[in-house]
Amino acid sequence: MTELIKLTLAEAREGLRQKRFSATELARAFLDAIEAGNKALNAYVLATPEIALRQAAEADARFARGEPRPLEGLPLGIKDLYCTKGVRTTACSSILDAFTPTYESTVTQNLWDAGAVMLGKLNNDEFAMGSSNETSCFGPVVSPWRRTGSNVALVPGGSSGGSSSAVAADLCLGATATDTGGSIRQPAAITGTVGIKPTYGRCSRWGIVAFASSLDQAGPIAKTVRDAAILLRHMASTDPKDSTSVDAPVPDYEAALGAGVKGLRVGVPKEYRVDGMPREIEDLWQQGIDWLRSAGATIHDISLPHTKYALPAYYIVAPAECSSNLARYDGVRYGMRKPGKDLIDTYEATRAAGFGAEVRRRVLIGTYVLSAGYYDAYYLKAQKVRTLIKRDFDEAFGKVDVVLTPTTPGPAFGIGEVGGDPVQMYLNDIFTVTVNMAGLPGISVPAGLSSEGTPLGLQLIGKPFDEATLFRAAQAIENAAGRFTVAERWWDARLAPAKTAPARKPASKPKSGGKKK
Amino acid sequence: MQVDEATVRRIARLARIKVTDQEARALEKELSGILDWVKQLDEVDTGSVEPMTRVVAMTLRKRADVVTDGDMADQIIKNAPASEGTFFVVPKVVE
Repeated sequence: MTELIKLTLAEAREGLRQKRFSATELARAFLDAIEAGNKALNAYVLATPEIALRQAAEADARFARGEPRPLEGLPLGIKDLYCTKGVRTTACSSILDAFTPTYESTVTQNLWDAGAVMLGKLNNDEFAMGSSNETSCFGPVVSPWRRTGSNVALVPGGSSGGSSSAVAADLCLGATATDTGGSIRQPAAITGTVGIKPTYGRCSRWGIVAFASSLDQAGPIAKTVRDAAILLRHMASTDPKDSTSVDAPVPDYEAALGAGVKGLRVGVPKEYRVDGMPREIEDLWQQGIDWLRSAGATIHDISLPHTKYALPAYYIVAPAECSSNLARYDGVRYGMRKPGKDLIDTYEATRAAGFGAEVRRRVLIGTYVLSAGYYDAYYLKAQKVRTLIKRDFDEAFGKVDVVLTPTTPGPAFGIGEVGGDPVQMYLNDIFTVTVNMAGLPGISVPAGLSSEGTPLGLQLIGKPFDEATLFRAAQAIENAAGRFTVAERWWDARLAPAKTAPARKPASKPKSGGKKK
Repeated sequence: MQVDEATVRRIARLARIKVTDQEARALEKELSGILDWVKQLDEVDTGSVEPMTRVVAMTLRKRADVVTDGDMADQIIKNAPASEGTFFVVPKVVE
């Protein structure tokens, strides 16, 4: 049944409606693929076959009655940051231990109400803090992509690395993810998948484990722009349980896809042309400009002068808010406890044992910048810089409709290759973090392959709540670039595991035969 | 070096995270590195700039001041590492 798992979400939706296969057959195909492939990839930290088959049976009953809901029978993976009722939720941190929520996050509830099927919980960096999915307490996730002629294990990006790996490896039709500084777009870019971080407030944050509350947003990672548009429509909502969720109707993003980009004004910010930018990233960017221009868009040079300050400001705001959010993990109400000689000692021992090194580092930085006498110098200063970053975009959006940039400064790196200096890892988010700081929507769409044969993405940034235009422009890039899929399913234990053949495909365009829409 | 070992110990105490001597020395370097790097924000003139508080202007929604849920003590203690009845159990705080 490997044919079924290779379908896009839109194709699977059509197949179910045409009754070419049942929701149960579809769910089983994915459960088998997870069984056969997850050992090598570590994308899922928990598979939920009973739930998947129960929901699939319900879907089949609804199809039989002629009452399918919009996502009826479509199997998805859920990032382990989303609370799922009765299903272990850990944020991939030891401190949450076997925490089993007694409630469901709003976003996942929306998906189940629309008929989607849950395959399991996906790996991520601990508390979503990381850019490579190497900080998870369940160990690193491996990307299905490999460099040409090499079988070195590559990272799938982070923090939503389980989501990007599972989507790229056909272990789900699509996945939920979250993005605080680039955690949807960066993993999507380096795995050849599509990821959108909507405007702050578009999706409810209720029931999603909090990292930095003024930056966190939910969004999908999917195989195509259309699939991402379908998923976001059913994730987004106005939620009385999240006072920052916006009170505005959710548009039908899929309907916007066909509109094309004729006359669309695309801004190209000079500040993103950073020192030492690899040639292939510049070329990819230029390629994207050419594609949009030939599809009828007009290209405009713009300036976003405070770009370079976004990342350092982020590394004040995000740790400050994380130190506050993570204060709740005290070994009393949920999760693990490491007994100490008194209550304070119990707190200190529990948090030392339960948090990984990167989380401890960020909690400490956050505690420092918020400590007495430093608030104005750090947090307040950073929030003022955010105003300036936002103002840059406001001015740019007077002249253009979307902004086009690369998503990442380079392709996927090997597991363990970027260690030591934490700042080096932080630099992965240099092009994505501005979007979170300004609260804007941003989408990453696959655009080409690096000289190493691994995917690269382009990012489109839009006006607040103008996701529809982003999907429209992203569709134009996808039409021109095609889809990028892994040629050899090396991780699938069902496929001749006898000889460990390294991926050795000639570098020339292993562009999938996937049809262009 | 902005952060010395004593400062690391002070903030680790505030954050309620136990650190070993070896960890404290490593953190001294890592935290100083990060704080040195974020210092580049000093170049930005923010004199007359308001701090950002929200992405789009919106007024916080209000709702009627009434109880909308509750009576779920069993659910609240369900994941506690130690509990008795509907109480959390912690080490003795008052002698």
